[in-house]
Order: sequence, then structure tokens, then C-alpha cells
Amino acid sequence: MTRFLFVFVLVFSSMIASGQDDLLSLIEDDEEEETLFTSALWKTTRVINLQSSENVAPGTLDFRISHRFGFVNQGAYEFFGLDNSTIRLGLELGLTDRLMVGFGRSSFQKTFDGFLKYKLLRQSSGKKTMPFSLSAFGSMTINTLKNEDPDIEVLFTSRLAYAFQLIFARKFSTGFTAQLSPTLIHRNLVETTDEKNDVFALGFGARHKIGKRLAINAEYIHVFPGQIADQYTNSISIGVDIETGGHVFQLHLTNSTAMIEKGFVAENTGEFFKGDIRFGFNISRVFTLWDHKGKQPK
Amino acid sequence: MKMMIRKTLLLGILFLISGQLISQKYYTRDGKVVFESDAPIEHIVAENNKAICVWDTESGAIEMAILIKSFKFEKALMEEHFNENYMESEEFPKAKFKGLIRNMSSVHLGDDGAYTAEVEGELSMHGVTRTVVVDANISVENGKVQCIAIFEIAVDDYDIKIPSIVRDKIAETVKITVDLDLNILNK
Repeated sequence: MTRFLFVFVLVFSSMIASGQDDLLSLIEDDEEEETLFTSALWKTTRVINLQSSENVAPGTLDFRISHRFGFVNQGAYEFFGLDNSTIRLGLELGLTDRLMVGFGRSSFQKTFDGFLKYKLLRQSSGKKTMPFSLSAFGSMTINTLKNEDPDIEVLFTSRLAYAFQLIFARKFSTGFTAQLSPTLIHRNLVETTDEKNDVFALGFGARHKIGKRLAINAEYIHVFPGQIADQYTNSISIGVDIETGGHVFQLHLTNSTAMIEKGFVAENTGEFFKGDIRFGFNISRVFTLWDHKGKQPK
Repeated sequence: MKMMIRKTLLLGILFLISGQLISQKYYTRDGKVVFESDAPIEHIVAENNKAICVWDTESGAIEMAILIKSFKFEKALMEEHFNENYMESEEFPKAKFKGLIRNMSSVHLGDDGAYTAEVEGELSMHGVTRTVVVDANISVENGKVQCIAIFEIAVDDYDIKIPSIVRDKIAETVKITVDLDLNILNK
């Protein structure tokens, strides 16, 4: 009898003990685990020249001002390149969690560009685990330079070029993100027979955060041999991202002039390691047009 | 016969004890937590509807947990900065509260009415644990239990640094509102 009682007391006291130890475990067991999407792989939508795996958030308009100056090795007379600048102005808008659209105008070949970027896969943990993000990017550009040669008729279609890219990115840790961007550039018309209409390339990008609001970025775009003329080179860039509230400042050193894929992938000049380096910056300023409930912010 | 009575009595007592020991618990999985920062330039509000909470009315023990990433902000960039720069939610994904209702004996969840519960416990977030004391308003209506608590926390107490450049946009003390609709846990 006493033994009976003793066992009962033991059982109950153990129940109390486990019950009071962690109350939440009572409901966490059958709690549906959530899928947590990894956020902020990059500070903004560009690594430097390359599109990053980030999109502008839905309802957010990103006004981008980008400059690339002349080669630093032009010396003091050209104020180390700052006398010459190439500009792209862009307006880019997030439409959904996955889709963004952008328009821009570059002084490089007086080009208008329009693009779409769509997140096919998003890096996540929790219920659904996805080790990397994958985005698809497509753009069309129109060169609007005046035709200087009256003997040649330039068709509208000859002014068009396209870029297609897949962006594989992974945030390896809070501080380190890397991406691979297989790229296809198609130009309807090329200048010389040395150049192919279709150019295949592989872009590499990486960033390392050195503070909560500061990161170092680097990128390199490898054009597979035999597709572009000899004077063209591969794009190499290194820079910093500085974030201050609604702005992101990207300051960099690069050998690229153009800020559209066609230019910095297939028509890039300058030997980075021979000192043909330009200073450049991208400034991003975001405005919230509508919030996640579809309302205009106050 | 005497033995029989003793056995019955004993079982009866055991039943009573067990009834008391397997006490009533209340819980929610969709508790609301609102974060509010009122600074001179910017008023920031974020809402999280995924707080989980279990309240043992016998011992007065109460526990809550919330995923930092589930806070929804008006502006996407605020949400990103909240997670990336301030809460560092990849490193510290949850905020937890583990506490005790000190005046449990005067809170009768079985009877309709309004009560004030004195809650004291440990709030852990961003890798820092601190003691929080707060009065919660409990209202019981037709057996439905609602629990509302409003309190303020100094972000610096939790090792969250606000750079001087955004000091006019982010308050040093933020208001937290917890609003729970609790149900009986059948377990």
C-alpha cells in the first residue's frame, strides 16, 4: 500500500517538475514551424555593376543615380578622371515580393534600358529550407545615338540589345554573401565581325560586411574567350556600401564605364591592373509608395 | 471492509491531488505584440501576431516567445533595418519572457470580471536578459480571457545601439503592447 502511494507521489511530482520546467514546450511540439526567408543578402539591388539577388521591396520606389568617372591614370589635367563622367539615372519599383521592374537612361551610347527581375527561389530556413536564392533577370536596351553616316541606314531593331541573367546567391553568414551570374548578352547589330552577337559570360560577386552599415563588395565578370574584340576587357570592380537610413551609397573603383549589362560585359575597356581604374558611385534613395497592407504611408 | 474504505479514500485523495496538480493552463499561438517608437521625426509602429504564450493558472507561471522576424513594419526598409542592424534577428531569432503572476490568488479566470495581474519575470532578447515588472489587465468575459500589458523598455538595456545620425528617428525608449486572447489548453 505504502509502495503504491510512493509510486503515485513520484509520478505526480515528476509531472509537476516537467510541467513547470518549460511551459512553452507544451504547445511548441505541435506548433507549425514557419519558413523564414533570409533577408538582406545584399544592401541594395546591385553588387557594383552586376544585378544582385536583391529586389526593391513591393511598393518601394528606388531612385538611383550612378556615375562612373574617367580613368584615374589620366592624371591631374583630367583631375584624375573626375572631369569626365558617365551617368545612369534609374527609377526602379518593387511590384510584388518576387518581381521588380526598372527603367533607366544612360549617357553611355545615349541608351534607354528597361528590365524585369524575378525571384524564382528565395533562400530560407525553417519549415522549407532553401540553401540559395535564384533570380531571373532580363533587360532590353535601346541605343539612341544619332546616325553620323548618311550612307548607312540604321534600322530601329539594330539599336536593340538584350541581357539575360540567372543570379544564384547565398548568404553564407550574416557578414558574407556570394553570387554567380551566368549571363547572355544579345546584340542585334555589332560593330565588327570580331564580335559575336551573342556573348556568354559568368559574373562573380561577393560582399563582406565590416560593420552593420558598411560592407566591402567585389565583382568580376568573365567573358568566355573568342566572343568580343581584342580591345575589350573583363570588368573588375571593388567598392564599399554605406547605408544611412533610406540611402545606400556605393563607392567603387572599376574599369567599367557603362552601367548596363551590354556595356560592362561585352563592350568594356580598360585594363584594371594597368591602372585603367575609374572612380564611380551608385546612390540609391528609396521612397515607400505603398506598404505591405497596400496603404500609402502617412 | 475496512481495507476497502481505506483504499477508496486513498484513491479519492489521490484523484483530488492529481486534479489540482494537473492544473489548468491557458495558451495562445496568435498573440499580438505591438512595438512603437515615437521619435521627433519618425513614428514607427510594427505589429507581430504570432506570439505564443502558456499560462499556468495554478502556479501563476507564464511564458511567452515571439519571432523577431515576424514583426511587420509600414516600410520594408524599416523592417530590414530592424532585423539587420538593431535586433540582429539571424543571431537572436526570438524574444522570450518567463515570469510569474505574483498575485495569482486574486485573479480568478473562472469568474467573469476584470483583474490586475502583477507580472514579474525575465525578458530575453538580443542576447540580453533583464527583469521586467508590469501590471497586466485581465478581463474575463463569458469564459474568454483577454490579457493586455503595456510597458516601456529602453533599447540600450538590451545592448541595442542607435547611431547618432538616426537619433531623431528612433526613440531610446520604445512602447511594447502585448494583447493576448487566451484559450484553455486541453492537455
